[in-house]
Formats: sequence, C-alpha cells, structure tokens
Amino acid sequence: MAQNGTMIRVDHVTKSYRRDSIEIPVLRDISIDVPPGEFLALMGPSGSGKTTLLNLIAGIDRPNAGNVVVNGTNIGDLGESDLARWRARHVGFIFQFYNLLPVLTAFENVELPLLLTDLSRKEKRDHVEAALRLVGLGDRIRHYPKQLSGGQEQRVAIARAIVTDPTILVADEPTGDLDKTSAGEIMDLLDRLNKEFKKTIVMVTHDPRAAERAHKAMHLDKGELTS
Amino acid sequence: MKIPLKYMWRSLWTRRLTTLLTLGGIALVVFVFAAVLMLSNGVQQTMVDTGADDNVIVLRRSANSELVSQIDRDAANLIRTDPGIATGPDGKPILSTEVVVIINLMRKDVDGMGNITVRGVSPEALVLRPQVKITQGQMFRTGSHEIIIGTSIAARYRGTGIGEQIRFGDAMWTVVGYFTAEGTGFESEIWGDVEQLMPAFGRPVFSSLTFKLRNAGDYEAVKTRIQADPRTQYTEMKREKVYYREQSQLMSDFIRVLGLIVTIIFSVGAVIGAMITMYAAVANRTVEIGTMRALGFRRRSVLGAFMIESVFLALLGGGTGVALASLMSFVRIATVNFSTFSELAFGFTLSPGIVISSLVFSLVMGFAGGFLPAVRAARMNILAALRSA
Amino acid sequence: MFIIKLVMKNALRHKLRTALTILGVAIAVMSFGFLRTIVTAWSAGVQASAENRMITRQSVSFIFPLPFSCLEQLQQVPGVTEVTYANWFGGVYKDAADFKNFFPRIAVDPETYFSLYPEFIIPADQFAEFKKERNACVVGAKLAQEHGFKLGDIIPIEGDIYPGHWEFVVRGIYHGRDQSTDETQMFFHWDYLNERMHVESPGREGLVGWYVLSVKNAADMPRVAKEVDERYKNSRSATKTETEREFQQSFLSMSDAILSSLEAVSYIIIGIILLVLANTIVMAARERTKEYAVLKTLGFSAFHIAGLIAGESMFIATTGLAIGLALTFPLAMGFAKAFPTFFPVFNVETITVVIAVAVALSAGVAAAVFPVTRAMRMRIVDGLRSID
Repeated sequence: MAQNGTMIRVDHVTKSYRRDSIEIPVLRDISIDVPPGEFLALMGPSGSGKTTLLNLIAGIDRPNAGNVVVNGTNIGDLGESDLARWRARHVGFIFQFYNLLPVLTAFENVELPLLLTDLSRKEKRDHVEAALRLVGLGDRIRHYPKQLSGGQEQRVAIARAIVTDPTILVADEPTGDLDKTSAGEIMDLLDRLNKEFKKTIVMVTHDPRAAERAHKAMHLDKGELTS
Repeated sequence: MKIPLKYMWRSLWTRRLTTLLTLGGIALVVFVFAAVLMLSNGVQQTMVDTGADDNVIVLRRSANSELVSQIDRDAANLIRTDPGIATGPDGKPILSTEVVVIINLMRKDVDGMGNITVRGVSPEALVLRPQVKITQGQMFRTGSHEIIIGTSIAARYRGTGIGEQIRFGDAMWTVVGYFTAEGTGFESEIWGDVEQLMPAFGRPVFSSLTFKLRNAGDYEAVKTRIQADPRTQYTEMKREKVYYREQSQLMSDFIRVLGLIVTIIFSVGAVIGAMITMYAAVANRTVEIGTMRALGFRRRSVLGAFMIESVFLALLGGGTGVALASLMSFVRIATVNFSTFSELAFGFTLSPGIVISSLVFSLVMGFAGGFLPAVRAARMNILAALRSA
Repeated sequence: MFIIKLVMKNALRHKLRTALTILGVAIAVMSFGFLRTIVTAWSAGVQASAENRMITRQSVSFIFPLPFSCLEQLQQVPGVTEVTYANWFGGVYKDAADFKNFFPRIAVDPETYFSLYPEFIIPADQFAEFKKERNACVVGAKLAQEHGFKLGDIIPIEGDIYPGHWEFVVRGIYHGRDQSTDETQMFFHWDYLNERMHVESPGREGLVGWYVLSVKNAADMPRVAKEVDERYKNSRSATKTETEREFQQSFLSMSDAILSSLEAVSYIIIGIILLVLANTIVMAARERTKEYAVLKTLGFSAFHIAGLIAGESMFIATTGLAIGLALTFPLAMGFAKAFPTFFPVFNVETITVVIAVAVALSAGVAAAVFPVTRAMRMRIVDGLRSID
C-alpha cells in the first residue's frame, strides 16, 4: 500500500565504488519519486549510473548515503537475510540476458521464486501456469532455455518475475539482446503488465523505441539527473 | 533446502565428463580403502574361525606359535586325565596331541617353493574340528604313512595328487585324501598321524595339545588345575579362538596400517580432484548464483546446494568403489603368515562395517572437496556475479 | 618462444586451479614413490645377496637342522673356499606383541662368519672383546640406535626354540658396508648355544641351522650345489644348496601375493594422477574454445593449438612430478626411522624415480589427448560461436 502516493522514493542517494583505494563516484545526491503504477525509463550513456540506480531500488546494492524507501519500507534498514526475503516478496527482476537457469525447464525456472514461499504444490503449479499463460508460453512449459528463442526466453523470465505478484518490476535492458519483432512483443507485454495489472515498472534502457513505451523517462549523466 | 535437488543433480549431469572423471577418482580411492579393510578382515576371519569356542590349545609357556612350542608325553598324559575335558562316545577324552613342522613344496604357478604346515594329529582331531571334511579320497589310517592335504595346498602345489607320494622326514608319505575346512587356516595344512610324524622328524615331544571342554564355562577351572600341578606348570593354555586371533594379529595389522596410510595419502589427491571440479562448477555458474541471490535465495542455500552436489558426487563415487571392492570377495590370496611363517590362504571379506566406513570416508572426501568452493559461491557479491555474464 | 610464454600465462590464469592440480599430481606421485619403495625394500634382501655365497640347508624345510659334522665335508668340496655356519635363535625380547622387538638373533662362529660376510664391519677392538666372552654379542648400528643398546648393555632374551632365560652382553656394534646392508641383526657365539644344549637338551647339541659356503668361481656354483645335495640325498639330513640370491628370492616369492597387490595399487595411483590431470586440462581447454578459434583465424595452425594444450598439461605434470619426488624422500626417511626393524633397508631406488618420471610424463601426454583431438577437429566458426 503506497504512502503519500509514492511507491519508490530515492532520497539524496550517493553511491561510489572503490577501485585500488580510489573512490569513483557513480551517483551524486540523487532524489526521485516514483508513484504507484508508474512506468519509468532510466536512460543515459554508459557509466551514467542508471544501472546502479536500478540496483539500489531493487535492493541488490546499498547506497553510501541517503535512503531508498519502497512501498513504505526503508530497505537500508534491513539486514542481509531480511533484504533477501524482502526482494523475494516485493521485486520482480528482468535481465538483459534473461538469466534463466539452463538446467531447469521453463516451468521450473518460473517456479523458482515460489520455492521461497509456503505455498502448496498445487498452488505453486497454478501460479506458474497462470504466469506462463499470461506471457503466452502455455505450451512450452517443459522446454529448456536452449530450446527457446531469445524472445521466448525473455518471456519466461518475465513470467518468473511476476509469478509471486511482486510490488515492483525492475528491468535492466530487457530488449537489449532481442531483434526488433521480439523486442516489440516484450514491450507489449510490459505495457500490459503496467496498464492491466497496475504494476510499477522501472526500466533501464538504451533503446529509444523501448523508452517510448514508458510513461516517463529520466536521463542520467555522470551520476546526476539531467532531466 | 530451498533450492531444488534436481538443480544440483542436473548441474552435475550437464558437465558429464568432468563429473565422471571426478567420480572415477573417488571410486578408485574408496575401492582400495575397502579392499584393504576387506583383506585385513579376511585374514582375521580365516584365522579366528579356525578356532572353536569350546576348544582349548595348550602350548609351552611364552611360545608364540606351535612351531617353537614343546610339550612332553608326561605332561600330555597328565592333562588328558583332567575331568574338565569332554569325552567321546567311546569314553576317551576328546584331545589331540599334535606336532607341527614346516616342509617345502614346489609351487604350481611359479618357479618357487612354499612353506607348508604339516600337522601330526590324533584320531580325535576330526571330532575336535567338525568344520574339517574329507572331500576326496579318505582319512589317513592311524599307524600308517598316509597323509591328507588341505584343498588350498592341493590346488597350489605340485606332487599333491591322490596316490602320489611326498618325501620328507626320512620316509615316503602317500596322499590318500583332500579336506576342506570352511575356508579356515587348516585348509592350508597337511595332516598325518602324530605318532608316525614325530619319529620321522626326530621330534620326541609334541608341539601342542588341543582338547574340547565339557562345558565352555569350565575354562578357568581347568586352567587353574593344570597350572597348579608342577609337572604341567611350564605349559600355557589358551582358548583356541584367542590363539588363532593372535596368530593373525601381526599380518592383519600390517595390512591394515600399510593400506590405510597409502589410501589416506592418495585420498588427498581425489579430494583435490573434487575441489577442482567444484571450483570450476562455481565459476561456470556465477551468473546463476547471482540470479538466485537476486531472486531472494540466501547465502546458506547456495552454500548448501554446492555442498550437496559435492557430497552427492562423492557418495556416488564411494558407492561405485564399494561395489567394485565387493567383487574382490571372489578372490583368494595365499601368502606367508608372518607369525607362523607358513602359507595361509585367505580371502577378502566384506562386512557391513566396512561398507559404512567406506561410505563415510567418501562423504568426508566430498565434504572436504566441496567446502571451500561452496564457501566461495556463497560469499559472492550479487552484483559482481550478475555482471560477470 | 611465444608458445611457452602463452602456456605459462594460461596456466597462471587460474592460479588456484593450477596449484590444486599440481598438488594433486604431486601427492599421487609421492604415494606412488612410497609404495614402490616398499616393494623394492621388501626385496632388498635379494639385492644384498653376494655374488659368490651359497646357502646349504635341510631340504625338507629350514626348521630342520643339519649335523655339525657336515662342516668338514663341505670344506672339502672343490671350488668351496670357506664355510661357516649359523643357527636361528629366535626367542622373545621384551613384549613380543610390539613389532619393534622382533630382530634377527643368530648364533654364529665368530672366526669364520664375519669373513664370509665382509659387509658387516666391526671395529677391531670391539671384535676382539666379542671373541673373548662366551655370552658376548654384536648388534647392528640401526638396532643399537633404535633400542638404545650401548657397549656393555645386557640383552635378556626368553628362548622359545631354545627354551630358557638367556642373557647377552653387547661387546660390539657393526656398521653396514653398503647402503643395502642390514644393520638390524644380533650375533652371538654358536659355542655358547651349543654348550648350553649339551647341558640342558643333549639331543640338540651339535646341530646347525644352515651353512654358508663361499665359492671362488661363480661358474662353479651349480656344480657345487649338485655335488653337496647328491652327497646327502639319501641320508637323514638331505640338503638343499642354492645361491644366496635364490635363497632370498624363495622367501620373497612366498609373499608375492602381497607384493603383487602393492604393485597393483601403485597402478591405481597412476590412474588417479591421470584423472586429476585430465579433469583440469579438459576444463581448461573447453573454457578457451573461443580463444583457440580466434587464434586459428589469426593464422595459428591446429598444431600450435595442440602445443598450447599439451604444453599446459606437461607443465602441470612436470611441476607436480618434481614436487612429488622431492616429498617422497623425506616421507621414506620418516617411515624408515619409525619402523627400522620392519624394513631394515628402506631407500628410494633410482628405478623408482625413473618409473615415476615416465608415469608423470605419459600422464601429461595422455591427459591432453582428448581435448587436443577436439580442438584440432573444431571448425573456426563453431569455436567463435561457443559460449561456455
């Protein structure tokens, strides 16, 4: 449940990386507000910090300064195992290279996040089948990733991302490895998830056509928002 | 374990060649480990089973084996009268006065000789040792120069055919039968009439006596009586089983110690093989590990997954090794027993304890090999792992 | 050469993996060397046999004695230069269950035994003292060291073959002339044994365990053996005469089952070396499939690629071999110190080293066979496409 109409608040966040005792700043005092149901695109050149910002929102990285509050929870306050649990419940990930486990079938890949829940076997199966049907792959359940095309793999990945009905969806260059047609299909899917299912989506992308499908675009350059 | 087992099993299967090579290494080590224990067990089994619970052997005090023991007739006659000794249907005490010597015979398989135990026995010997059965021919006649040969010796040595004659101790001895003894030490011996063998070997005294107790519990009472009499004070009594266990101790300890030293040293090699495999598996699946962590699986689940894979691999290898070792049960080895200095044939005996130790051993190897790589997998930083794609 | 540099860099890319593989090979080589040393040590007695010595014993088996009267007759056999005699005394020293307390205790004729066995070197003054005293004895240097025997110490033995309580005074400590000489034996006066038998068991006096003959010409040995055995063939004390080497060999062959088993295990170790090495090389080659394809596009031939793979394999094999061999020697020495009476002679033989080298090098080649074949057959296009 959103508070004050904000789903994600990034509050004066700074992040730098250490390399051989040199500090390289990546994000400088960034603040953004993402209302619930928003479809936000983060854009910018290489090294602008957009992926880092995405990682902070998703809870797989921590800022050096500032807060990240998602749906009322300051995730900086959470310890590591709590953060893991939080991610499992609240975040759906979509990666550029799909990141499916090659030894698991489409069904099993989608089922993976559910293994962290207490659902019964039947309940799990129902959720998985629903997710796969939603992304249009109801008939490819037993296939292994290497038997699927890039577009199909990404759809499995999206099914995995939504199977636990997470609070937010986080996508890192979701169409980066796809041809024009498949990219279009994926963006259609994301669009539908946003409009029909009211999912808040934050997406990093290079692709202007992908960015077009989002509601709003923010630009970063050298760790600062430029628009 | 939140991460499904099928993930681990299939990951092993995907890199089949490497998995099989590692499994092979562990199987080999466990095979040797189990075989050594089986051999040591086999020696003890053969020797210990040679003795019976209610039989007692009498030797000269502090003689380590029958070969160096001497018991004179007077002492033998005195012991014979003890009421604690069982009697046969004919009323005679079930006691065998025996003389033990070693002779050389030519081997069939290689150009060489072996030391064979020749045992002069009384007719009661067959009653004392019911496991001894004549399989071919017949028992030697008392008072004759006939001998019977244990089947293990008959198989390995020349000139032992039924009807053939062997020369030793200044006389010719005719082979009239073969006997088995349920795989115990007697099968590696030659038996003849003690009263004929003694003069032939110029031995005026016996090597030992063996008798059957009327009641197995009378042992201490009989021992006290015999020890008390000054004429038999120089003798020493032992339960037959205890005596034979001592006769095999040296041999079985030697085999076990040597075998275990060697096995443990090269088990380190197998563990290293497993470690290399697991490190490679971790390196290969860095992106997978990062993905699972991102999805919310905890570090300990990742640790557990890789440990389970490693242990599973090792148990599989260990099971294979034990299975192969169990085939050794069909093999019999004959060699010189360090304590009696004569030939003894024994086999590889598997026991539940050996199976369990072998599997535990492989478990330990799997644990040792998988631990460090699993820790590396668990400690991975999510971002670094995802970025490595 | 560039290839060598590339091989080294490749190997060092995965330092941990390379180090582990080298360690695995090293340990396997060390076990191999150790096992084979046990096998060769077991047959050390055969090695130490002198060229011109023969042993005459009772033909039925060694536990039957020969009469002392044979001595003169043996001395007269043509070709025989010297004869000595000895009895195996046995007996029990302290706790018989501790194998450390088992060492050869032999009754000999001091005048003749040591001239037939020049490899036992006793200082002249000690030898003189030894000859003077009836119950004096001479012990080997390793034996003295292990039990702390010093000149003047009394060694008490409980006889078993020759029953009774016996005490011997250490008057000499001998050293072995060669590396293969047994320094764990104890010798005392045969006359002392005989005198006591005269008093305690008259039936057993004048009996000798075995005779040792020295033959001038090695070519005469078969004839001497035949002549001696023929002479006694039909007597109560039929003899068997053979060269010392044959005599030792016959004891050895009685344990051949164990020796064969040890050898079999050493072959299994070779298998393990191979598996560990092959495992790593297969993995390494597979990871670099794309790189090999790139090299091929640059113009490097399939043989160059094979050289890279085989080179890495050989590098690991030889490094592991070197370390393993280096470790074998201290391991053997430690074992020899811990169990000196079990294996009186325990040296790592040259042949063991040679075999270990051959094994490791062959393993290095064999481990590379499969990945090399794969790399040679791979088409550049497939290689570039591969993602591992």
